[in-house]
Amino acid sequence: MYSAKVMDHFTNPRNVGEIPDADGIGAEGNPTCGDVMQIFIKVKDDTIVDAKFKTFGCGAAIAVSSMITEMIKGKTIDEALAISKETVANELGGLPAQKMHCSNLGADALKKAIEDYRNKKK
Amino acid sequence: MRKRYFDHVATNPLDVRVFDAMMPYFTEDFGNPLSIYDLGAKAKEAIEKARAHVASLINSKSSEIIFTSSGAEANNFALRGIALARQNEGKHVIVSKMEHHSILNSARFLEKMGFVVTFLPVDKYGIVAPDTVRKSITKETTLISIIHASSEVGTIEPIKEIGQIAKEKGIIFHTDAVAAAGNIPVDVKELGVDLLSMAAHQFYGPKGAGALYVREGLRIVPLIYGGIQENGRRAGTENVPAIVGMGRAAELAKDEMADRIEQAKKLRDKLIKGVSGIENIYLTGHPVPISRDSQRENRLPAHASFTVEFIEGEAMLLLLAAKGIYAASGSACSSKALKASPVLLSMGVSSNLAQGSIVFTLGAGSTEEDIDYLLSEFPQVIKRLREMSPYAKGWGMKGEGGECTVQK
Repeated sequence: MYSAKVMDHFTNPRNVGEIPDADGIGAEGNPTCGDVMQIFIKVKDDTIVDAKFKTFGCGAAIAVSSMITEMIKGKTIDEALAISKETVANELGGLPAQKMHCSNLGADALKKAIEDYRNKKK
Repeated sequence: MRKRYFDHVATNPLDVRVFDAMMPYFTEDFGNPLSIYDLGAKAKEAIEKARAHVASLINSKSSEIIFTSSGAEANNFALRGIALARQNEGKHVIVSKMEHHSILNSARFLEKMGFVVTFLPVDKYGIVAPDTVRKSITKETTLISIIHASSEVGTIEPIKEIGQIAKEKGIIFHTDAVAAAGNIPVDVKELGVDLLSMAAHQFYGPKGAGALYVREGLRIVPLIYGGIQENGRRAGTENVPAIVGMGRAAELAKDEMADRIEQAKKLRDKLIKGVSGIENIYLTGHPVPISRDSQRENRLPAHASFTVEFIEGEAMLLLLAAKGIYAASGSACSSKALKASPVLLSMGVSSNLAQGSIVFTLGAGSTEEDIDYLLSEFPQVIKRLREMSPYAKGWGMKGEGGECTVQK
């Protein structure tokens, strides 16, 4: 059902946890209808220097969380904002159709974390 | 890695003895039971022998057994067949919220045909109260269908009591005994049912073989029209090997039932006791009675089901499978339809908690060592997922997080 890359990120997720002094925190999803992802970012000179996640959800949701936290490290805020659900799914070698929208919460959670970072900076 | 199969409600391997009984009917004794020459007669004889064994398993007459392709077909047949046969007397059908999709969706089909269907609520253990059934009966009610035992939560329904009410009111009573027949004693006379569905693969017979018991003298509209097979009530050339397999499996189930139940209960109780020791985990379905003197248990002997807080079912299944443990879940994410189990929701389990559903079902091959292995691995799986879960530390209790991004 899942690609080898999804299974790898699910069974060996990268960047699990919280960043206590995070510059931005974003959450997306709802447990009633599926998965919930929480993303923490640390930003220095407009660049994401660290990212961690906490996720409640299925294999796909966990793999997406792991993948996106890997993808954004070292990226500028603008580069990170350009990441879409499709980009994450492609990096994972594809997701099953029914998981594409419900479990692919990474890009939305990331946008919220960046929003939070920008609000805090003001 | 050794495979530890804890998903016996999904299906079972074929018993080797059943396989042996079926073999000749694929290649040697392949005749059509309707053919008049000896090859046909041999096939006919084989299916009649199988019919007698299936009838004996549920204490019915052979002539009351109609073979079908599955439990789902038997359920469709019963609901549609009786509702249509009696539609001039009334157009109200009663089912419960514990039913399998083959009953629920047949009931919805009847609604579209102009019938009125009542979906009965259940208590927190998933029990349909006989009194609720009585109160739902109207002058228009022609059929009541209540599941015998739930494959999702293991709860056994008070079929006998509901049967008495149905009889008293002159209403036809069907039970979906797919998870029960072959696994616990099922006696159609004692239960007072008019129709009963069963499936062979639930008791080590082949897939693609089921049966509907229809009490003698009861009129039922066929689901499949065609030839005169099954007394004109279910057309189509009989699946002789599968029917033979179902017969042999029924014979073995009857002979070995007491031992199988005793063994299953012992392992189930060990499993429930062990898993219940984990924090924030709850048994779903009827609890096992504390006293073993209790004549009747309200839980299937091989069934243990739980909800695990803060984590999701599919993720548990995948991590367990990586350790050679195969189980089931009623979580939204693990279902192809992305909907949480309606059975759990109807029992009052919150949709969040239903996401953490996990079901372990035991079978003939299960050993004490399997349970020990499960009890050593399962807590680690839970711990690992909880470490990843934002909820485990109390976050989200006030509704943090966004709205559903998509409608499921």
